[in-house]
Formats: sequence, structure tokens, C-alpha cells
Amino acid sequence: MKKKLSIIFGSLLGLIGMASTALAQEEAAINWADNTWIIVCSALVLLMTPGLAFFYGGMVRKKNVLSTLMHSVICMGVVSVLWVTYGYSTAFGTDISGLFGGCDFLFLKGVGAEEANGSISHMTFMIFQMMFAIITVALITGAIAERVKFGAMVLFVVLWASLIYNPLCHWVWGGGWIGDLGALDFAGGTVVHISSGVSALVFALVLGRRKSFGKEPMLPNNLSMTVLGAGILWFGWFGFNAGSELAMDGVATNAFLVTHLAAASGILGWCVIEKLGRGKSSVLGAASGAVAGLVAITPACGFVGAFPAILIGFAAGLFCYYGVQLKNKLGYDDALDVFGVHGVGGAWGALATGLFASTAVNSGGGDGLFFGGGFELIIKQAIAVGATIVFAMVGTFIILKVVQAVMGLRVSESEEEEGLDISQHGEEGYSI
Amino acid sequence: MKKIEAIIRPAKVDDIREDLVKLGVQGLTAIEVRGFGRQKGHKEIYRGSEYQVSFQPKIKIEVVVDDSLEEKVIEVISKNAKTGQIGDGKIFVSDISNAVRIRTGEVGAEAL
Repeated sequence: MKKKLSIIFGSLLGLIGMASTALAQEEAAINWADNTWIIVCSALVLLMTPGLAFFYGGMVRKKNVLSTLMHSVICMGVVSVLWVTYGYSTAFGTDISGLFGGCDFLFLKGVGAEEANGSISHMTFMIFQMMFAIITVALITGAIAERVKFGAMVLFVVLWASLIYNPLCHWVWGGGWIGDLGALDFAGGTVVHISSGVSALVFALVLGRRKSFGKEPMLPNNLSMTVLGAGILWFGWFGFNAGSELAMDGVATNAFLVTHLAAASGILGWCVIEKLGRGKSSVLGAASGAVAGLVAITPACGFVGAFPAILIGFAAGLFCYYGVQLKNKLGYDDALDVFGVHGVGGAWGALATGLFASTAVNSGGGDGLFFGGGFELIIKQAIAVGATIVFAMVGTFIILKVVQAVMGLRVSESEEEEGLDISQHGEEGYSI
Repeated sequence: MKKIEAIIRPAKVDDIREDLVKLGVQGLTAIEVRGFGRQKGHKEIYRGSEYQVSFQPKIKIEVVVDDSLEEKVIEVISKNAKTGQIGDGKIFVSDISNAVRIRTGEVGAEAL
């Protein structure tokens, strides 16, 4: 069996080799091995969104399980179409004064499958980035679960993806001012996690609390789903982080390792603080800790080594645990703790990059405070974090006011009581 | 005929079933229920948010027997369901005026 397999693999590799030589003659710059890796990573990153749907879906009450899944699923539909239409162009088109991309790639004009972008195909790069846009918008929906009007949520997704995500993506990765400043964000700590985390907080505040928030117990319908979702997120995150190198090389391999270690130590951090604070470690806590570690390592994963990653993940477990408690102290209803995990974890990760980055890991990165780089990098990181927070908060607030004026944001009280599954979608998750 | 309804801890249902069968009880119904008594509810904590869950999960068993078995059934249920802690449950007994076995049409104690 083994022999057979090795023959099959051998001949496959041979074919790939022949194909790549043939293509290399046409288009010298594309390395099809790198391209293969990024294609696989694109699929991994896409899988994060249904993973997120399950992660979130398990935590809501049973009358809202389908609507919560739907909030992620609809992002796969909407954002993909927006991205190829104009999203990619406004994020990665020719830079216009450091703020947004131009119209060069509208309707994928000039985004060829055989045209090089770095060592991969331009189309592959566009596909990979599309998956990032989807998951970022979907992350926000956890804060607004159990009371948002579906149509309002869809309109919000269109506006937020267009007016917040695309410019931010341009600032950091598309040749805009944050990238030029020299701030480091390997896989999207600012663009993805801080932006979605603070936008989620604003959305939760504008939308208001769920009717029974703080009054009735709001028990999760099925935490097994949440643990499954966390596992899928973890799996997909390898593509998210290690793929962000846009090549298959040493930096990508290191990113893979540190991503895993941060998730692992995130579990430990959250479980330890729960045990100390409440006497019991919970599986919801463990799953949340893994995600917190993954969030925090995201901006750092291309620049830090294994042991700093363990520290970053463990601290993320602790910080995000406290981040989540804020809502009970301050009284806002971030239903599934998007701000507590992604806002807090993302900000910690971006700053931690300024502490632990080392040019020994990635010569294209920088040296953080603990690796002889002084305060220069961490100050740049802080500027990037601050700018992202302000832009995402103000932008989200304006978008929400517009959506509110057009169609209102919340379902009626009786619809909320009935549950969004029936009132918004006409179906039930559990029917006996 | 008597109907004996007992609200018990879920973990006790199998022992009770076994002993009731030994007594000669031909069938019983078990229902998953939620409720509260003196035990009140319990606390659950999700990401640090504490919820007071006021309805405890319990099993309610219902068994209809001939008058002669009443005392023994109550004894079997009490013996098996008792832990001595708050939350062991309760037993209710009521009269049943008739019973019908649908397959054969038998009525009264014959139908049990």
C-alpha cells in the first residue's frame, strides 16, 4: 500500500514539476509551490467562517441558534461578491494618498491567474485576501446576536466591508500609511481583530442590550458546537497566519508553530484564571482561551519565536478573560464577547509584537523592546492600534446611524421574545 | 388501582426500574422534567457570567398498579431515591378509575 502510494505521489509530483517548469517559462516570477500553499491556505481561511458560525451558534439560546449561524453564512455570500466587484481594488489598487486603493482592479480587471504578485499568482493573492474580508465582517456579528434585524445586519455588512475593512486593509497591507510607517501586522491583528472587536463594541452599544440581559439566565443551547467551532477556527488559523507569508518558507513554518503554541497556552491561561477566580475550569473557557491566543498571535506570528508565543498566548487567555468581564461591570451587552476576545486580544497582540519581534525570526520584520529594538517599534504599533480603534469606532457609528435611519436596527420586542430563528428566518433549530 | 408519580434524581431511575420489575410491575413511564422544590436551583457560570438556574432537571416516573402493590412500590422508590440530601424528590399517589389495554380491549386491573 505504502509503495503504491509513493508511486502515485511520485508521479503526481513529477507532473506538478513538469507543469511548473512549463509555466515558469511563460511567467518567470510565479513559484507554483508557493502558489499551491496559498491556495490551500485560502480554503483553510474560508473554513474559519463556518467554524465561527458554530463557535458563536453554540453560545446563544436555542431560539436564536440558526440566526446566529446565518449571520456568518450570509457574510460568505455578500462579502465574496463585493470583493471581486470593487473590494479588492479599493484595498489593493494603486495607492491614492496612503488612504485607499484606486480603481485599477475593478471587476478583477488585470487580476490574472498567471500574472505574478510576489512569488504567487495575482489571482491567488486576491482569493486569499477575499477570505480575510469575509471572516473579519463575520466576527462582528457575535456582539449583536439575538436581537439584530436581519436586513439591517446585511446592509451593515455591505457598508462596513466597503467603508471600514477595505480602507484599513489598504492602510496596512495595500501600500497605505500604516504599512509605510513601519508598524508590523503579519496576519491582521489591527485590520481583522482590533477593527472587528471595537466595531462590535460600538454596534452592541448602539443596538442596546438584549431584553433579558442581566435579568434572566441566558443559557447556551449547545456548547459542544462551540468547542467544535473553536477547533475549526484553530485549524483554519494555520492558513490565516502561516499563509500570510504568501510563500512556503521558514517564516511560514515558524508562523505555523507559534500559532499553535499561542492557542495552546491561551487555553492554559484562561483555565488557570477561571480555576483561581471561580474554582472551576470550564470547556467554554478553554475554547475561548484558544481563540484568545490565536487572536493575539495573529499580528506577531511572522516575527516572534516559540517561547515569546507561549507568553503571548497565555497572557491573552488572562487579558481576554478580564476583557469579557468588563461587560458585566460596565453594563453593555456584547452578546458573544467579540470585544472582550478580539478587541482586547488583538490590541494585546499588536503591542506584544512591539515587545517580542525579533529580526532573528524574520529579517524583514523588526526588533521589539525585549530584543534590543528599543521603544521605536512599540510606539509605531501603538499608533497603528490607536488609529485603527478611532477609525473603526467613528466609521461604524456613522454607518449604524445610516442603517438605523433607513430601516432600524432591532427587531420588535415580541420578535425578540419569539426568537430570531422564527421571526427573521421562519425556521427552528430544534423542533420536537 | 393507584397511580404513583415520583419526581426523582435522574441518576436513580435505572435502580428503581430494576426493583419495580422484580416486584412484578409490568410497565412504567419516565419523563424528563424540570422543576424546583426546597432544593431551589443551581448556579451556572459562562465566561464569568453567573446565572441562577431555577429549574432543576429531574425525572418523573409514573406507574399505575393494583391497590395491593401500592405500599411496596412506594417503598421501592423511596429506598432507591433516597440520599438524605435536599433534592431527593417527592411521591404522589392518586386513585385511577379505569384502564384499557388498547390492543386487546381488556379493562381495569387486567389491563395493567
